[in-house]
Amino acid sequence: MSGKIRVVIAKPGLDGHDRGAKVIARALRDAGMEVIYTGLHQTAEQIVETAIQEDADVVGLSILSGAHLTLVPKVVRILRGQGIDDIVVLAGGTIPDEDHDELKREGVAAIFTPGATTGEIIEYITSVATGSAA
Amino acid sequence: MDDVRDGSRTKAEWLAGAYSWQNTRDADFTSVSSAEVEPIYDPGDRVGHDYHRELGYPGEYPYTRGVHPTMYRGHLWTMRQFAGFGGAEDTNGRFRFLLDQGQTGLSLALDLPTLMGRDSDDPRSEGEVGRCGVAMDSVLDMERVFEGIPLDQVTVSMTTNAPATILLAFYLVAAERQGVKHDQVGGTIQNDILKEYIAQNTYIFPPEPSLRLITDIFAFCGEHVPQWNTISISGYHIREAGATAAQELAFTLADGFAYVEAGIAAGLEVDSFAPRLSFFFNAHIDLFEEVAKFRAARRIWARHMRERYRAKDPRSWLMRFHTQTAGCSLTAQQPENNVVRTTIEALAGVLGGTQSLHTNSLDEVLSLPTERAAEIALRTQQVLAYESGVANVIDPLAGSYYVESLTDRMEAEAEEYFIKIEELGGVVAAIAKGFFQQEIADASYRYQMAVESGRKVVVGVNRFATGVRPAVETLRIDKEFEMRQVDSLRALRERRDASPVARGLEDLRAACADGTNVMPPILECTRAMCTLGEMVATMKSVFGVYQGSAVF
Repeated sequence: MSGKIRVVIAKPGLDGHDRGAKVIARALRDAGMEVIYTGLHQTAEQIVETAIQEDADVVGLSILSGAHLTLVPKVVRILRGQGIDDIVVLAGGTIPDEDHDELKREGVAAIFTPGATTGEIIEYITSVATGSAA
Repeated sequence: MDDVRDGSRTKAEWLAGAYSWQNTRDADFTSVSSAEVEPIYDPGDRVGHDYHRELGYPGEYPYTRGVHPTMYRGHLWTMRQFAGFGGAEDTNGRFRFLLDQGQTGLSLALDLPTLMGRDSDDPRSEGEVGRCGVAMDSVLDMERVFEGIPLDQVTVSMTTNAPATILLAFYLVAAERQGVKHDQVGGTIQNDILKEYIAQNTYIFPPEPSLRLITDIFAFCGEHVPQWNTISISGYHIREAGATAAQELAFTLADGFAYVEAGIAAGLEVDSFAPRLSFFFNAHIDLFEEVAKFRAARRIWARHMRERYRAKDPRSWLMRFHTQTAGCSLTAQQPENNVVRTTIEALAGVLGGTQSLHTNSLDEVLSLPTERAAEIALRTQQVLAYESGVANVIDPLAGSYYVESLTDRMEAEAEEYFIKIEELGGVVAAIAKGFFQQEIADASYRYQMAVESGRKVVVGVNRFATGVRPAVETLRIDKEFEMRQVDSLRALRERRDASPVARGLEDLRAACADGTNVMPPILECTRAMCTLGEMVATMKSVFGVYQGSAVF
């Protein structure tokens, strides 16, 4: 088993805007992480299943549809409900500042909104995720 | 008189001489698409070009200079702002506001459940209802959206693709209920499924049945709804996904040709449907690149339609298009700067000869537009139209050594892409191979890296950033709204007559299976109060669903 950080990049809900998710997925892969991109139209249950199957260290949820206050907490709740509390959940997309506190209270570790760089995201993930070999 | 011309005789001489004796800034001089451009263009770049062959006059083949003879001297571009959120009443309110403020056409935004063919009470719709556009479950929602708006006096564009047949039927029946007949309504449905697989991703069914639905609309409208634009072949979303200007141009036109071929394969005469094909482009911030793109688009379409598809009706050669300013160019940081960006982009659309225009609002990176932001966006168009003078002269940039060179180059790049796509087996085959998706993902990644390295500047983000995030008032969709929409939908299901619903859905299923035109049974279903989700579920049972790939 390699020591690579394993990241699932997921698109919850009906949102089809995948430009950001794809750019981040590629940047993380180029930075040496193991990246699994779920593709579009994932339910919270499907995302959690993928995260478990893929032994993810981090799950990054990309959402630009405005449904983040429903769908993002749902992912966190299902993870916790399965007794999983060591997967770091991140969110990104069209998430207004005034919603950040609520998402963080729900268990999202960090939120990356328009203007965030892949460099920042790589640095953050590297600092919080434990590689599999650790 | 002495001959005082003692300067360089050629561009090459000047580049090697006077130009090279000065330092140039350490900056990126490529277009926003990273296309190389020279410091200058001159008559030498126009050698061998023929005005009549390459340009022609406005309203004359090959239409490089504009699709109509009078252009904005005859009619200004339609100011058609995309709007929709929450429920029918909210959207009706915003429509009336925009019309009162001087908008000249309507454009309807539908929510994600509606775009994806799901009713508001579908489990997958949870949290999504009314957030990206208006929730539309039945014809009653459509009627309420247009309450007090006479559908024989205003044209409406609807951004719907996979379930376009159903939204069109909702619209036609809503018009009927206002006493307006099919042949009196005017408008557009986006109805461009190919670009969904490529970029926007609001697909439902696989390509083959989806193309059949599109040609059913061509045939139905050709006969019954003659003032309707049956499709808006789009580059906007392709560009938003990260494509370059040349890719936007090439992929959009390739999709257009694929639709022409689909119509012909379905047994339709090209001139029976081509005059009602329309297009939709992005207006990004590199003004000259965009103007060249629009001009090249008109010329390419005219040439292929006349020479390759042998369309005889000159209206089949016309590329009529709507333009939207580039959402992807806007920033969350210092959002007021977005008004400036949108202005430049709107100007590009106007200088490029667009037929209608949507200008983005300054707050759209954060949320759907507030009323105030939507007003500023509309005023931007009005200032351009009435104060700036750009509408006085048709195709004013024609003859610019730069613009003409760039127009030619964009056409040549598009033609190269057409060859590549043909080699892959055509658009549908190329989609299956992930060709467009990979091109777009690559271009998008290159651009992001260029921004992160600082080579491409984004004011307020990677230069001139202040780190200050002042609170901007944004539009919030009331959380209770979803519950009200669901209750309303359940009440509808309870009070309607069950047997016409069942009969209608069975007729629809049969038409899907036997290949007869789906529009008549969909209209029957609509009048019986079938919901969008019910009709789509019926269609899915015959057509199946499309599985997108996860290319990145």
